[in-house]
Amino acid sequence: MPQVTLTVNGQTHTAEVEGRTLLVELLREKLRLTGTHVGCDTSQCGACVVHINGESVKSCTTLAVMANGAQVTTIEGLAAADGTLHAMQEAFREYHALQCGFCTPGMVMSAIDLVNKHPDGITEQQIREGLEGNLCRCTGYHNIVRAIAAAADVMHGKRTEIASAAQ
Amino acid sequence: MYDFAYHKPGSVADAVKLLADPDAKAISGGHTLLPALKHRLNKPSALVDLSGIAELRGIKRVGNAIVIGALTRHVEVATSAEVAAAIPALAYMASHIGDVQVRNRGTIGGSVSNNDPAADYPAAVLGLGATVHTSSRKIAADDFFQGMFTTALEPGEILTAIEFPIVDKAGYAKMKNPASRYVMAGVFVSKAGGAVRVAVNGAGPCVFRQAAMEAALAANWSPDAVANIRQSPDNLNADIHGSAEYRAHLVGVMARRAVAAAG
Repeated sequence: MPQVTLTVNGQTHTAEVEGRTLLVELLREKLRLTGTHVGCDTSQCGACVVHINGESVKSCTTLAVMANGAQVTTIEGLAAADGTLHAMQEAFREYHALQCGFCTPGMVMSAIDLVNKHPDGITEQQIREGLEGNLCRCTGYHNIVRAIAAAADVMHGKRTEIASAAQ
Repeated sequence: MYDFAYHKPGSVADAVKLLADPDAKAISGGHTLLPALKHRLNKPSALVDLSGIAELRGIKRVGNAIVIGALTRHVEVATSAEVAAAIPALAYMASHIGDVQVRNRGTIGGSVSNNDPAADYPAAVLGLGATVHTSSRKIAADDFFQGMFTTALEPGEILTAIEFPIVDKAGYAKMKNPASRYVMAGVFVSKAGGAVRVAVNGAGPCVFRQAAMEAALAANWSPDAVANIRQSPDNLNADIHGSAEYRAHLVGVMARRAVAAAG
């Protein structure tokens, strides 16, 4: 069986996989990182989004062997060691950007890549278009969009902490 | 998904050898092939991962053309300053394929080789009159697309690059399915001197040229010129997403929008 070595959230792992093993299966079933979800399994819903070398990808449509040698970041890799949440996670909490939470890991991972790709600032329209590959069936997206805008201000250094949702 | 052997060659020559096995398939981004394998629509003995072949990457201007390596991802074409300056419609088209994550993985070579009726790139290749470079020859776009999921590529032949001529004007417009984001009907138009090309994707089983619209636009390059040209629904796709008549109507609407976008 093929062997893959990859770095996940800063830790190097080597695992034996089948050729057909998906990256999401390696993450969830072998590495027990179950924060990454499988929703549609047809690369439409985005619940399985992780970062490969800093770019958002759908891990249900990526073979584990194709991530050999890559740097992978999952939702578990965002918070600091002391539990301090990433600005995007904090913003999702502050803005009530989730209800059932199933899509949330993928939303957060896509949102971070989206904000990183717009270093000069991001508009509401760009946020909405950038979320095209992530489906949420609870929230109606409005609070997700507000949360990403608030997190962008912190990630871009315009604010030191997430603006209160009450304002 | 059925299991398969996995190979990752480092050169086109090695990949061609591995693909001599008629049951082996090439993979790059995998964003069309892996969903098909999940549905068990295909049972390859081996997947030959082309992503390690450096010579298949990159975008460069060669004379009056933009040459894009087969492994170049949609996001790279969408954000390329070189493409945006030379053929902005091509960058626009690449920036509207699928979604962000699809564009981060999907490649031009994969999209064109697969020739999905609802893919975007075949419209640009045919609409610009591009030349497809393979491991053994060069193929004109007009000879390349042969039918649904069928191209002129022989077994074991690998698409290596696509050469897009730089034209005077080009534009692309599509109506996409809101769930899958695949093209319901799209039109890519281009004008190079007196030569006009109109390529239609999504609407039929294979991308095709719309001769009546080409003639009308050659005489008068404006959205109005195609306003009264009716696309026949004969042989167009009909499925749960739309009838052949609906798609035929969309071809006219998208053609007008594409010409307007081209300016």
